[in-house]
Amino acid sequence: MRITVTVDGTKFTDDVEPRQLLVHYLRERLGKVGTVVGCDTSNCGACTVHLDGHSVKSCSVLAVQADGCEVTTIEGLARDGNLHPVQRAFHDNHALQCGFCTPGMIMQSIDLLADNPDPDEKAVREGLEGNLCRCTGYQNIVRAVRDAAAQMQGGAGPEAEQVAGAPATAGGTQ
Amino acid sequence: MTATMEPEVGKSRRRKEDARLITGRTRWTDNLTLPGLLHMAVLRSPMAHARITNIDASAAKDMPGVHAVFTGADLAGEQGSLPCAWPITEDMKSPDAPSIAVDKVNFAGEIVAIVVARSAYEAADALEAIDVDYDDLPVVLDMAAAVEDGADLVHEELGTNKSATWIFDSGAAGTGGDVDAAIAGSEVVIERTYRQQRLIPAFMEPRSFMCDPTGDQITLWSSTQIPHILRFLLAAQLGVPEHKIRVIAPDVGGGFGGKLQVTPEDFLTFLVARRLGKPVKYTESRSESLLSGHHGRDQIQKLTLSAKRDGTVTGLKVELLADMGAYLRLVSPGVPILGAFMFNAIYKFPAYKFVCTNVFTNKVPTDAYRGAGRPEATYAIERLMDELAAELDMDPMAVREKNWIAHEEFPFTTVCGLTYDSGNYEAATAKAMELFGYDALRAEQKERRDRGDSVQLGIGISTFTEMCGLAPSRVLGSLAYGAGGWEHAAIRMLPTGKVEVVTGSSPHGQGHETAWSQIVADQLGVPFEDVEVLHGDTQSSHKGMDTYGSRSLTVGAMAVVAATDKVKAKAAKIAAHMLEAGEDDVEFQAGSFRVRGTGAEAKGVSIQDVALAVFAAHDLPDGVEPNLDSEATFDPENFSFPHGTHLCAVEVDTETGRTTIRKYVCVDDIGKVVNPLIVEGQVHGGLAQGIAQALFEEAVHDESGTLTTGTLADYLVPSAADLPTFTTDRTETPATSNVLGVKGVGEAGTIASTPAVVNAVVDAIRHFGVNDVQMPCTPMRVWQAINTGQTDAGGLGDEAGGGLGSMNVTDTSGGQQ
Repeated sequence: MRITVTVDGTKFTDDVEPRQLLVHYLRERLGKVGTVVGCDTSNCGACTVHLDGHSVKSCSVLAVQADGCEVTTIEGLARDGNLHPVQRAFHDNHALQCGFCTPGMIMQSIDLLADNPDPDEKAVREGLEGNLCRCTGYQNIVRAVRDAAAQMQGGAGPEAEQVAGAPATAGGTQ
Repeated sequence: MTATMEPEVGKSRRRKEDARLITGRTRWTDNLTLPGLLHMAVLRSPMAHARITNIDASAAKDMPGVHAVFTGADLAGEQGSLPCAWPITEDMKSPDAPSIAVDKVNFAGEIVAIVVARSAYEAADALEAIDVDYDDLPVVLDMAAAVEDGADLVHEELGTNKSATWIFDSGAAGTGGDVDAAIAGSEVVIERTYRQQRLIPAFMEPRSFMCDPTGDQITLWSSTQIPHILRFLLAAQLGVPEHKIRVIAPDVGGGFGGKLQVTPEDFLTFLVARRLGKPVKYTESRSESLLSGHHGRDQIQKLTLSAKRDGTVTGLKVELLADMGAYLRLVSPGVPILGAFMFNAIYKFPAYKFVCTNVFTNKVPTDAYRGAGRPEATYAIERLMDELAAELDMDPMAVREKNWIAHEEFPFTTVCGLTYDSGNYEAATAKAMELFGYDALRAEQKERRDRGDSVQLGIGISTFTEMCGLAPSRVLGSLAYGAGGWEHAAIRMLPTGKVEVVTGSSPHGQGHETAWSQIVADQLGVPFEDVEVLHGDTQSSHKGMDTYGSRSLTVGAMAVVAATDKVKAKAAKIAAHMLEAGEDDVEFQAGSFRVRGTGAEAKGVSIQDVALAVFAAHDLPDGVEPNLDSEATFDPENFSFPHGTHLCAVEVDTETGRTTIRKYVCVDDIGKVVNPLIVEGQVHGGLAQGIAQALFEEAVHDESGTLTTGTLADYLVPSAADLPTFTTDRTETPATSNVLGVKGVGEAGTIASTPAVVNAVVDAIRHFGVNDVQMPCTPMRVWQAINTGQTDAGGLGDEAGGGLGSMNVTDTSGGQQ
């Protein structure tokens, strides 16, 4: 089947197998390997991306279902050399260790903040329930999301993905 | 650069590693590709114990895109055996461990056939076209039954399911008294049997392997913790010249011991790529990972503790059965032995005996999982101390205090013969008790109990220690381990004064790049940003023993420090020449060499100046080579012994059996700290895994040996909603065994937290006559304990977490999540 999808601002038209998962289309066809596969039962959330502005587990969406849609992945968040405030907050709060869950965790956090711009701790924990992390015990992830909420103040939502506030050079180490 | 430069060590530096991880510019093995890359898929046995009578792969070979199909027979001549590096006794029984089964399978999940195709989808399709005929054999699952006379055997040729029995007896070793005499003559004897359930490391990145055989040197990318050990064992086991192998561990997404392995998939990706002469990649699915990556824990612990009526302990006897699963993997037999020296923990036992029998079953092999042996030991002793307190009607902290090593007694040689170099259990405990509000919580507990509240409060203590920093090579030798415990590092001084640090440690989330940069910045007086850390590639970091056992900082970073010392010694000669002074007259401080006694304002030569002078090499002292680069290998003389006091308050709903952690406080003493932010993160994650063992996780096999917790819907890795916010703090007693005074933190949280939580659960419901709840303390088990006195409610294969695989179809209420 032929599909046309806009991913991180670039339009692609491709023939895909009807059974191909969106995450495999992103990784194998488009080379968007920033989005990863952590399980095969949609429990871990590592593959979370935004489909028309809302978070989806891209292992549970067929590529053909994304026809005509806009997809944003972790690779499309930083704009003009500026990190998204949630990316910045994950760095500042040491909300990642191995970093494998991080792309999904960040994409889900942005979606959570779009729904609730000022979540309390419980709301963050429940909002991230579908994303597993094995390294951090979640404490610093919760802290990062609340920190990002404070930074973003006016609220998130899909527009937030266009927002730029922080320089892209994390820790001046690049 | 001035002499007042603020030290980097001790700063909460944000991590260098993060930049690529938060933007998706990562190099997980599965992200990598090569021209003409082929994809491998494997067929795994659904049978736990069976003979393979026939494999028909002809249809699979004809499927579109399929390049090749292999069975065990095709690879039998070259696959050798997977290695076991730890023959714990001279008579240890160890079966050959094929990477692909040839004529018999010994656990469900073992590989029986391989497809190599153009794409992963086509490879997976072709697996479905392979027919395998099996003849069932009796399945051995229960390790206690497996060691009985006449039991069915996993490996007929061995004649027994016992692999080895390993004994430590303080009476025989001369490190303590005779434990049987101590028990016979004691006023109080506590006997308990505890079960360490089987766990799955469940790192987030499924394992992936890619092999490029097209050059003269074969390159294997592997999501491994141990690229150096893997290279050596590929050479040793497959007969490939070592210099013709390069192993790269690129970004690795967690390990927790689960990637401390030389796996069937490493060997098979290598062998198949070599056979085809084309690059091949294999990436496991999560289900495959849970089903075939090694598991952890799985012990039955029979324990006898003797004491006086005043609470003074007099003896401890430990009799273990440890489930090895179907084969001995890399360090499987040694995992319980790592616990042998830790059952006595921080307490002054005068007599101790440890007997461990390793047992084969038709289950997934077990091996290291975060803590490896030490969580099991810590769980046993910390549970027993609570039981002793209950028996004597003493406060559980008072019993501990009566028996622990007082801070003025260090260094202290234990009943196992280990010398604990430093510690202060009083200080950590005092701080933890204050942060916790111990007395107020005890008062509330009493009030709720008196009132008969349906929600009862329980308080659990764990005053743990561990031995880490694996390991002094001589000690490993005495335990018959197959290698040393040293670590290697090198420093390369670049002409512009920037520094490359080569380390044999192989990080997979710990933050070595940041921590090593901080250490080297201080040692050489260069900016943090000027240091680059190279690791995980046998081409760039050719020598190493890799990362596990909380060893990177206490061993690996010591090699880094030793290498910087050599750089400075080389640079001093040249700097003295540049300053026209004698070598003995110059000193190095904050990055510059100066003539001694001239003060910080005097003319100095920075290490960067020296690096440039060496690059030019126009004017060096006679006989000095134009090279500051240095390497060092460090072998520790002793383990390090972090300790801490962990306090947990739980609320148990006695009507539903549900446990909720209300408060968790830990004060850890890990010696000097390089980066407090990273340390805190390590503790958080460790706590989560230890709590998960106490409350959520268990790998369950059904009666036919099928893993019923084969998805993350069934194997309950906790989510953010399942865990509390932790209160973490530290006390600092520097280790005396290394120059930085560090002890290691990777495993502390996991080791300490499990007994703290279970002690709290039992404490909440002890007044119902309960003295144990088997892990994981699910609502069902807790409710059963309250209402029937059963402590092992559920039984084998009956109560897997509560997810999909364990759901009873007639009872759609499922489980607790």
